[in-house]
Amino acid sequence: MTAMQNVSIGSHYAVHLPAPDDFAVWRERARGLVQCDVPPDRVSWIEPGGTGDLFASEGPARGEKRLPVPPVDAPPVRASKRFLELARHAALHSDPARFGLLYRVLWRLQRHPRLMEDKADPEVRRIEELAKAVRRDAHKMHAFVRFREVEEEGGTPHFVAWFEPDHHVVRSEAGFFMRRFANMRWSILTPRGSIHWDGEVMREGPPARRSDAPGGDPVEDLWRSYYAAIFNPARLKVGAMLSEMPKKYWKNLPEAELIPQLIAGAQAREARMVSSGSLERGEKPETLKGVGKAIHACRMCPIGELDNHAVMGEGPRDAPLMIVGEQPGDQEDQAGRPFVGPAGQLLGEYLTRAGIDRDAAYVTNAVKHFKFVWKGKRRLHQSPGAKEIDTCRWWLEAERDLVRPRIVLALGASAARGLLGKTVSISKVRGEPMMLEDGTELWVTAHPSYLLRLDGAARETQAALFAADLAAVRERLEDLAG
Amino acid sequence: MVHYAPSKPTLRQKLEILADAAKYDASCASSGTAKKNSLGGKGIGSTEGMGICHAYAPDGRCISLLKILLTNHCIFDCHYCINRKSSNVARARFTPQEVVDLTLNFYRRNYIEGLFLSSGIVKSANHTMEQLVEVARILREEHDFRGYIHLKTIPEADAEIIHQAGLYADRVSINVELPTDTGLTRLAPDKNARQIEGALARTKDRILTAKDERKRFRHAPRFAPAGQSTQMIVGADDANDAAIIGKASTLYSAFGLRRVYYSAFSPIPDASAVLPLKRPPLLREHRLYQSDWLMRFYGFAPQEVADAAEADGNLPLDIDPKLAWALKFRASFPVDVNRAPRELLLRVPGLGTRAVARILAVRRHRRLRLDDVARLTASVAKVRPFICTIDWRPTLLTDRADLRGLVAPKREQQLELF
Repeated sequence: MTAMQNVSIGSHYAVHLPAPDDFAVWRERARGLVQCDVPPDRVSWIEPGGTGDLFASEGPARGEKRLPVPPVDAPPVRASKRFLELARHAALHSDPARFGLLYRVLWRLQRHPRLMEDKADPEVRRIEELAKAVRRDAHKMHAFVRFREVEEEGGTPHFVAWFEPDHHVVRSEAGFFMRRFANMRWSILTPRGSIHWDGEVMREGPPARRSDAPGGDPVEDLWRSYYAAIFNPARLKVGAMLSEMPKKYWKNLPEAELIPQLIAGAQAREARMVSSGSLERGEKPETLKGVGKAIHACRMCPIGELDNHAVMGEGPRDAPLMIVGEQPGDQEDQAGRPFVGPAGQLLGEYLTRAGIDRDAAYVTNAVKHFKFVWKGKRRLHQSPGAKEIDTCRWWLEAERDLVRPRIVLALGASAARGLLGKTVSISKVRGEPMMLEDGTELWVTAHPSYLLRLDGAARETQAALFAADLAAVRERLEDLAG
Repeated sequence: MVHYAPSKPTLRQKLEILADAAKYDASCASSGTAKKNSLGGKGIGSTEGMGICHAYAPDGRCISLLKILLTNHCIFDCHYCINRKSSNVARARFTPQEVVDLTLNFYRRNYIEGLFLSSGIVKSANHTMEQLVEVARILREEHDFRGYIHLKTIPEADAEIIHQAGLYADRVSINVELPTDTGLTRLAPDKNARQIEGALARTKDRILTAKDERKRFRHAPRFAPAGQSTQMIVGADDANDAAIIGKASTLYSAFGLRRVYYSAFSPIPDASAVLPLKRPPLLREHRLYQSDWLMRFYGFAPQEVADAAEADGNLPLDIDPKLAWALKFRASFPVDVNRAPRELLLRVPGLGTRAVARILAVRRHRRLRLDDVARLTASVAKVRPFICTIDWRPTLLTDRADLRGLVAPKREQQLELF
């Protein structure tokens, strides 16, 4: 702390403050000056490093004169509680005129003790504004300080943050961080000074530079993932974000680097979400060939956008039985035909065993395109969503209208949804026929790929159930044919 | 068509899935709880009354808490919910310890104020609730964590487990989900309105009892010192604003809620067919929050807010509900800022609770001019048609048929990319 120097030139006093945030010294000097009846226009307040005003440059060397000593019988200086409360905050503002303003209001308060209640007074308003800006800056410091973990030799982790406040709030907010992180070793470095806490003692240090702070922390990746995931792209309110997290803070927030890409992605994402189910498709094609052609162009759901080919159903135009699977798989997609992969082969075996001629049935899928994710070089099957099945139902119904089967056999829950429009539990509906809206009989059983995923006793049980379902369907076919 | 068993997801993948699944919960508040700090303790954490928003997402919402689900597997099938049983979203599950570690790692770096934990229902309501409580227990007991914890409680779980939740958490919440019983029956077939109300009522009793006990015994355990809140989804069923406001006011009075949150239904990926495809205008949610404020801080009765609504029972979107009310009931204006009581000043569009407090303070010393009002409010242009001062009287304005056009804000386009 530098010694205070008091200079008076003629009747003008210049008061040097030891630190830009030293409210206690300001208060003491101001009290003395008021007691000596020094009017506000004859005092300058100078903070270290500040240019102050004209008189400051004269320095203490010339015409050095102590501040006047208040007379013993000087009346006590009075100020309202509200003034003190506001002044404590306003004194931390970076506006160089703040101490002069505070002194002017303190001076006026001696004659108008209730001045602070006049919220419309321009000087009172100004103090309130300064105090508000400081409180906001302190609050943003609580919010936007980001610690990075540094491993020290001792083994105890040390958490270090770099922060750039607008006002002189670093020392005043040290207590907040101490109370919050009492059992942690931490440092907050700022261009206005730094504070260090070792779990027991708070130390103050000189101003720091950004390069003094550590460069990264692996947990920041997790934090960024969280930030991106918690953002709801269906609701973009950039203005609301900017008013609370202005761009000036972004450079020290690890998550802020994601903001431009999140905004850019958001509008496109929502448009896709809404359009994937709401578009009109016009007239249904009148022939199976027409359907086969039209499905290639279908982009009504995101699956159509993938790198795949639509797979049309196949079989006799007047087939009595229609078998519906979930969606083409990798092999079906390449071959352009339904049920040619491992599940299709298994289905063929069971149909033969049940005595159903596969070639006499019309075989198709609830969803016409192959939904997948790339896993290395492999395309990994992904189940279609309810929405996607419902969207594709339009094509399945077009096929059903043209083939007009007596019986429809749905393999698995996706196929059942494609026919019923709602999700059913296979174990509850299997073994009994259901009636579709147009009177067609619907039988639901498991998808053969389900059997492929099982082994041991479970597979045997499920295989028996599957075979029994197929046998029941064959019986119904014979009944209806007879 | 073989299903491949997915490889074990990493912590980061789980976080992405389970934070994504939690984002339809509106609340992120961390305010209004008991003051506590980590001095003299073994761990970290403090709550000092004011909530802190540690970041803001581009959706304009505050990120104060680590808001995640323990799991998004769910045995329920609520149509509006992305995590419903029949939805085809990626699923994941945290262990309680993983949630504890994430919370502490984020907290130490000052990313968050604490944890908001919710969950899909796995196995049973009781099992799920026990897991949620276990997370809070480890944080509080093993790590002496003194930050904020908000636990979503499951109305179907046993009262005893919910009681445990309140002992560890700062706030508990139970979602009423939809403004009407018919909406709930239709869109959330597994939920029961009476059961939800029963749980809200029990929690209210516990909070009151604990408060009372603490007055008499200094060491009586706290129970959810930040109270309980709830959430309603707006725009998924056909309830209009008047019905929603009515429901909210019943909830506030019957269950002593701190907050009712309104969440504009967002078109969710993989939505159920019974839902509308378009989102309701975001502004609708905003207008509901404004009307909520009118009831809680401005002395409006629910019926008065409903009176501000248009013929279809919805609040106008182009102007705020207070202005809508003022335009409908012009006989109450102009209000003399130098004489009117506080209740009437609060009715003036453009005068907030703070501006009114300032006007009342100044009034004790002198009479106000229009310039004074201008200094005390954000926009004197908005206030002017509805007030008198010693040098201002809006002679013609309140009688003009086109007043709405004069005072309604100019329509702004939503911000575009930058």
